[in-house]
Amino acid sequence: MSTIKSLDDLKKIREEALKKQQIKESSGKTEVIVGMGTVGIAAGARETLKAILETIEKENLSDIIVRQTGNIGLDSYEPIVQVAVSGKDKVSYGKVNPEMAQRIIKEHVVEGEIISEYQIKG
Amino acid sequence: MAYFRSHVLVSIDPICIDKGAYELIDALHDELVKQGLIDEVQVLETSRIGDPESEGPDLMVYPEGVHYTNLSLEDVPFLVEEHFLKGRIAAQYTREAKEIADKELSAPQAKEMRIVLKNVGEIDPLNIEEYIARDGYMALGKVLTEMTPEETIQEVLESGLRGRGGAGFPTGLKWRFIRDAEGDQKYMICNADEGDPGAFANRSVQEGDPHSVVEGMIIAAYAAGASQGYIYVRAEYPIAVRTMRIAIDQARSFGLLGDNILGSDFSFDLDVRMGAGAFVCGEETALMASIEGKRGEPRPRPPFPAQKGLWHNPSNINNVETFAIVPQIILNGAMWFANIGHEKSTGTKTFSMAGDVKNTGLIEVPFGITLREIIYDVGGGIKEDKKFKAVQTGGPMGGCLPEEFLHLPMDYEALEQAGSILGSGGLVVMDEDTCMVDIARFFMEFTQEESCGKCTPCRIGTRRILEILTRICEGKGKPEDIVTLRLLCEQINENSLCGLGKGAPNPVKSTLDHFLDEYEVHILEKRCPAKICKPLIRFEIIDGPCTGCTLCARNCPVDAIFGERRQTHVIDPDICIKCGICEQICPYDAIEIK
Amino acid sequence: MSVLVKNGQNVRNIVRALVEEKGREKSELIPILQDINGQFGYISDEAIKELSERMNIPGSHIYSVATFYRMLSTEPRGEHVIQFCESAPCHVAGGRLVWEKLKQELGLEKGETSDDEKWTLLTTSCLGVCGVGPVMIVDNNIYGNVTPEQVPGILSQYN
Repeated sequence: MSTIKSLDDLKKIREEALKKQQIKESSGKTEVIVGMGTVGIAAGARETLKAILETIEKENLSDIIVRQTGNIGLDSYEPIVQVAVSGKDKVSYGKVNPEMAQRIIKEHVVEGEIISEYQIKG
Repeated sequence: MAYFRSHVLVSIDPICIDKGAYELIDALHDELVKQGLIDEVQVLETSRIGDPESEGPDLMVYPEGVHYTNLSLEDVPFLVEEHFLKGRIAAQYTREAKEIADKELSAPQAKEMRIVLKNVGEIDPLNIEEYIARDGYMALGKVLTEMTPEETIQEVLESGLRGRGGAGFPTGLKWRFIRDAEGDQKYMICNADEGDPGAFANRSVQEGDPHSVVEGMIIAAYAAGASQGYIYVRAEYPIAVRTMRIAIDQARSFGLLGDNILGSDFSFDLDVRMGAGAFVCGEETALMASIEGKRGEPRPRPPFPAQKGLWHNPSNINNVETFAIVPQIILNGAMWFANIGHEKSTGTKTFSMAGDVKNTGLIEVPFGITLREIIYDVGGGIKEDKKFKAVQTGGPMGGCLPEEFLHLPMDYEALEQAGSILGSGGLVVMDEDTCMVDIARFFMEFTQEESCGKCTPCRIGTRRILEILTRICEGKGKPEDIVTLRLLCEQINENSLCGLGKGAPNPVKSTLDHFLDEYEVHILEKRCPAKICKPLIRFEIIDGPCTGCTLCARNCPVDAIFGERRQTHVIDPDICIKCGICEQICPYDAIEIK
Repeated sequence: MSVLVKNGQNVRNIVRALVEEKGREKSELIPILQDINGQFGYISDEAIKELSERMNIPGSHIYSVATFYRMLSTEPRGEHVIQFCESAPCHVAGGRLVWEKLKQELGLEKGETSDDEKWTLLTTSCLGVCGVGPVMIVDNNIYGNVTPEQVPGILSQYN
């Protein structure tokens, strides 16, 4: 990690970070994002995350990035899991329990089928 | 490289191309050149953001996240003038959508506008690079290389930004006070002691986008001439504490905190201090006492913290949200911010929605939106489609407002005139089943317990109010209680030392003003119309619906329910503690509250 | 004192080490008290005495600070500490019934510790997760959307 000593350094780091993101987006990898703020955790996000990781391991899946984010504000829908298959928009799932998480990995991530009954809609 | 204050993303999926996306990009470009904005607004191509039903190409404008749709080439000059020159959203072209990312989530939040929450729920809060990729720390770069501290203060002043902790004092002015104060050691403090029940915006920002707070604090410290900062986070928020600590460590290792930041001669460092569970520490003088290792008791002002704050040195305290907004103002300009909002309340405000509203959670809307829009359009209305009764704004020091106030535009002044406060942006929505006397008693219990005890009006006064309210809820109220309550409210408000005491009577005063009939029924008829106050209700099993399933009898914690299997059961009122468990579990709705 | 025996460590040694680590500045008093509270569940007279000597702060001041803050305790607490959110949003969202059930399951009132020193039942001020209320914390684990029916199941995880 390099120390930022000037504005140019900062811009360089921003460019690199953007590039990293682009590479990630075009790599064909699927991102699974779990809201891990206090609300998410109180609603059971840890169990959900655990189920996601276990399913990925059990199914021997690769090229999946699991990462966390804060709570977007839709507390009544927590735990929220977002899936972004590269090149496609993020799909948000609400009230995801471990069983649903398993299905999301198997059906959406692996087979590309969005599970619309779990989706958060207006 | 130029700083773009806005980014226009034009959707170039096949549908939009077919509908003229490329022509739109050209037209936008030409118009931006014509209006002299081409160095400030960047036009980019992006993947699909529209929906197939859209008539024309779609575009998104960031940082506001406004989604325009059905645009024809003729609309472009007007749109550019309105949005980019005058900084107003051209409402007639917007789509009821918010962000690409949460397209499906957008409908209940059509009126939202995210500035503070722009990154929350989007980025990985533990990864500084994701923040930097979204122009993080660019505002700091701009301030340190292009602006003097005085210019920074001026920019914040012109934006009209006011303290988001609730007091609404102009932030730029506060910064000027500390800058002008004499002293070699000055402190910049972030008040993250979000103690108001029902408020959680600060927690969400700290957990979801900690670097925006860190960046805002560094900019503020530069403007104020502070070399050391503290973030005072309440201990009830362990995850926020952890996230902030990680963010500070990352910023330090990137050289964004410490000596000679970004090669400038400005040095600043930050530490996290944890509260230990005292509501009053949200008051700024109490907060500073707590950092110093003392009981968190407020002291009279003056002297103000800007003159004599932490360890008697000039200090400035702002709220988490205030700091998180600052980088956006620097990046997008004071005018951009000043054009959002309503009258003397500029920009956006987060509101924490809780209680009997369908979509609980955190929202961010421009000032000026009405309570009705927030509760019904953004919040989705009342749970189970019950009737709205009241909303308490601004935490335990706020008032309870009835339906007549739903048209109220949300801003600092309007709420104060209505007898409530904006406070920290908590909104507790209550439906028709709420007993307003019980709610007033409930809030009084809170303030009475949290009163630090230093001044008499607050310590004793809140106690007296609580005693009277408890008596009323028990059916022992006297007609003269109403007059006594009003008098106490007035006295406590006028004579208390700090904001906690001054605001403490608000829930009582507002419920007396708007729901006096409920007090009267409790006092004169010894009835609780909402059937909440335990001593005024009794539980009975109705003959018809009861099937004698024994479920209630088995679950009664005090064995107050008797009856043979398949026979109507009976509750013994002498044993019953009115816990309500039987009513909740009865599958046949056979239990009635009388 | 069971925690103490388990750790095989002496209060005074731990206090000494904490002061060594954090320094004798008065501003470190609350962080040190938080650490003591975290390790032992409460701040004993012995700890206050040692701290007073090491930091050169009157014991009365330390005591006044320790009793001022809700999250610091000068009384021993049970092995598992339950904190139930008593704030308005949780109250409105059905917290009253959960609270009744908790008291019933544990046979404790607010602020009490069970005779076998297993449980302490406390209330807490708002935890800021009102969107998923009613909320409770057991030790460091937070539970949201709690219903009265879930209470026995949650408690049984700590047996």
